[in-house]
Amino acid sequence: MTRRVWTRLVRHIDLPLLVTLLPLMLVGLVVLYSASGQDIGMVMRQAVNMLVAFGVMWAVANVPPQHLARFALPAYAAGLLLLIGVALFGEVSHGARRWLHIGVTRIQPSELMKLAIPLMLAWFLERREKTLNFKDFATAAALLLLPVGLIVRQPDLGTATLILASGFYVLFLAGLSWRVMLALLVAGALSAPVLWSVLHDYQRQRILTLFDPTQDPLGTGYHIIQSTIALGSGGIFGKGWFKGTQAHLDFLPERTTDFIFAVYGEEFGLLGNLLLLFLYLLAIGRGMLIAMKAPTLFSRLLAGSVTLTFFTYAFVNMGMVSGILPVVGVPLPLVSYGGTSIVTLLLGFGILMSIHTHRKLVQT
Amino acid sequence: MTQRTELKNHQQELYHFRVRLAVGALFVLLLFSLLALRFFYLQMVEHEHYQTLAENNRISIIPVAPNRGLILDRNGVILAHNYSAYTLEITPSKVADLEETINSLTEIIDIAARDRKRFKKLLEESRNFESLPIRSRLNDVEVAKFAANRYRFPGVEIKARLFRHYPKGELASHALGHIGRINDADLDLLEEGEDLSNYKGSDHIGKLGIEQKYEKQLHGETGFQQVEIDAGGRAVRVVNQRPPVSGNNLYLTLDIRLQEVAEKAFGQFRGAMVAIDPKNGEVLAFVSKPGFDPNLFIDGIDPTNWDTLNNSPDKPLNNRALRGQYPPGSTFKPFMALAGLDLGKRSPSYTISDPGFFTLPGSSHQYRDWKKGGHGSVDLHKSIVISCDTYYYGLANDLGPDNIFNFIGRFGFGKKTGIDIEGEAAGLLPSRAWKMKRHKQKWYAGDTISVGIGQGYNLATPLQLAYATAILANKGIAVQPHLVRSIQDSKNGRSTNMPLKIISGQPFKAENLERVHLAMIDVTQPGGTAARVGAGAPYLVAGKTGTAQVVAIKQNEKYIESRVAERNRDHALFIAYAPADAPRIALAIIAENGGHGGSTAGPIARQILDYYLLGKLPQSEAVTPTDAETEDEDHD
Repeated sequence: MTRRVWTRLVRHIDLPLLVTLLPLMLVGLVVLYSASGQDIGMVMRQAVNMLVAFGVMWAVANVPPQHLARFALPAYAAGLLLLIGVALFGEVSHGARRWLHIGVTRIQPSELMKLAIPLMLAWFLERREKTLNFKDFATAAALLLLPVGLIVRQPDLGTATLILASGFYVLFLAGLSWRVMLALLVAGALSAPVLWSVLHDYQRQRILTLFDPTQDPLGTGYHIIQSTIALGSGGIFGKGWFKGTQAHLDFLPERTTDFIFAVYGEEFGLLGNLLLLFLYLLAIGRGMLIAMKAPTLFSRLLAGSVTLTFFTYAFVNMGMVSGILPVVGVPLPLVSYGGTSIVTLLLGFGILMSIHTHRKLVQT
Repeated sequence: MTQRTELKNHQQELYHFRVRLAVGALFVLLLFSLLALRFFYLQMVEHEHYQTLAENNRISIIPVAPNRGLILDRNGVILAHNYSAYTLEITPSKVADLEETINSLTEIIDIAARDRKRFKKLLEESRNFESLPIRSRLNDVEVAKFAANRYRFPGVEIKARLFRHYPKGELASHALGHIGRINDADLDLLEEGEDLSNYKGSDHIGKLGIEQKYEKQLHGETGFQQVEIDAGGRAVRVVNQRPPVSGNNLYLTLDIRLQEVAEKAFGQFRGAMVAIDPKNGEVLAFVSKPGFDPNLFIDGIDPTNWDTLNNSPDKPLNNRALRGQYPPGSTFKPFMALAGLDLGKRSPSYTISDPGFFTLPGSSHQYRDWKKGGHGSVDLHKSIVISCDTYYYGLANDLGPDNIFNFIGRFGFGKKTGIDIEGEAAGLLPSRAWKMKRHKQKWYAGDTISVGIGQGYNLATPLQLAYATAILANKGIAVQPHLVRSIQDSKNGRSTNMPLKIISGQPFKAENLERVHLAMIDVTQPGGTAARVGAGAPYLVAGKTGTAQVVAIKQNEKYIESRVAERNRDHALFIAYAPADAPRIALAIIAENGGHGGSTAGPIARQILDYYLLGKLPQSEAVTPTDAETEDEDHD
């Protein structure tokens, strides 16, 4: 009896994927304990966040992909309306208009778009599957650029880039022609000077700071200087758990959230970093396998995009902390402290599990 | 057949997808290899370099706050400067028992109850890890005493810091304003302006007046020192630095000696005076009495001083020159007269026979002249010289509210002048539209009558009145009043004059301006309402007196000044420019509860003009409220 209940409960959980996620989250808790100054309360709160996120993942995994597809249009439309709402009535904080007040709470609609975009584009392209042509790609691109444009204007260049990437992955996997991509690349390179002129001062500053962090040592440059010192001084084996001087002498900013990787790299060194890369690769690899085996175009595109987006978050965060990418507010997936990020991520993995565990039902 | 092609298509599609996926996987591997290379570079190749930075000598970045720019008057007299002194500071987050620490500190260093209260207030308003001053300006003995006992007080230290000081104290305090400690609201503003990193080393920011308006110029650029810190936290060596860039110096349009003469001339009176150079809009003196000592506000005012200032019935914190709104009273008449002439409603020779009151056709309500029995026959010239109300009741009725609103508005009434400090009041020049919006009522003919003599809904700030007078003195050409004359760049020492802003508008007719001008000269001649202003002066003064009611007088009541409580007495007003034929100064004075313009505001004006035009300092003591009780001839 209990056995049957158990089987029913775990029927839609993909064990290999779960097994790759757990060590990543464990690493997160271990580093958080050190980064927070051994604040066990914070670790417990994050553990609760993770449990909630697992609940969400389990629930989504049990929804068949064709039902997920029904959410595509409503989620996209709602996200777009909310973004327009932000542009018109949004609350300005830190010089950017990103938040929308609804009744008691305030929301950041760009978060919703992170999953709504791949869902919408995959759904749209599947509907056109039989006759997929250039016009369909153009329409899909328009569906993508509309919300991205609104987010750029907030301005939130980091989130906009990530959402643009998640949508681009869908188009790319659906077979966007190489020639079009090349043309876009050339056009992008040519329009770079124009883009530069429309960027906000602080955005330009962040890019300039990347090339020479000492230019702005009191502002963003400070983060990069300190996080590279943290990583570099960690050496091959790291300084050991709780022994990172950069982290514990208050040199590292945002060390439990966006810069947690600097704490990790300082305390666990090059070997620790390579281990982390390996763990990420395992999760990404499993995601790609799921995409490869997915039965429908919709599920293939969705699984591929969710996986590549997960990779992008990890790459952008580590690239930023190690000083090869500009500072944008992206947490290290599954490791950084914060509830929203982890729930969104596991929701994505829930989708992957749903696709994988429902595939036989579709094929028959 | 079709099934087979579909199947084939499907296979082909799947193949294409897998190729794309493989490209994606390559992309992932490539970028992760890039990261791995970066880690390899940082953690193996450059490891020793970073090791040195982090382990033996940790790098710390210390912001170096710039010197705030000086504020000087037009002649180079310093009004705000900085000096270096020692303060005793506590970092609350590093102290276990704050109360206990302060108690033991008191045994070594004198800490007054006032200092404690101020510290408590700072504590409530401060950011988390800030160090807060508990005592400033320590002397050498106190510094030595603390140094010897330092080990007993972790989290307490002595810092050498630059302090702002306003050497002239109350003088011109309402124009200068002051700085104060940065609070959360300031931080939000800085963050919004992307200015936060430039304030890393700063504790203070301009809060009021010129200090606030010109914050960007005055603050300067924060520098930094990248220093190596040893295990004990002491700075060992400067690795890299960028010196701070001092703020720019401001040269004001104010003449502080004129300001001093003017403030002294007010004596015990509350009120305001603004003097402007009509040719260029430079504000020569900007008085709001009583003033306050801006030095009290720099590090947070202590509660005792605050209560005294805030609860005083004299309201010393109120910037009367900028924000005080008073009925302009009879000083409105020259502008009305010009309106009558320019709009063709009055000719210079048009004469009325004044019975001492005015009635609207078909009404019995009497609008009374200030002089019982009237002034006899009155033409335009005489109407200004003796300030005849009846003449203007009729004129206002003939002009109508729309003409008055449009014409008088050209002198800046009812609009902010745009002076370069924040918080200016706009005054009020009433119109039909305004009344409908504000009172949900239509305009009555009676409203126009009282507006005609500057009463009724009319309100103007002393600054506006001075500005209007300057426009009149400058033959109708309006130059925006301003307080900063030039900015001296701290990097190259070069001064840049602030550009003049000439407000273009419809010109007035020269011969009409001349008529009003001649009448205003006779106001200060024998027979005029301000005869004592011109008496014995070697220059000609064009002026106009005014009185603004504080308490309404009933229809059949007579206003007897000595019977009215001091604070309910009328406000005395006076506007003037001199020398009349080539004006170098235009001014407006309001002496609150001063009675008549001619008797109290006039003598103040004379002292100011004598000093500015002749360099003559006043001989006798200033007028006091008891001098204000004068005979009826001087009225209005």
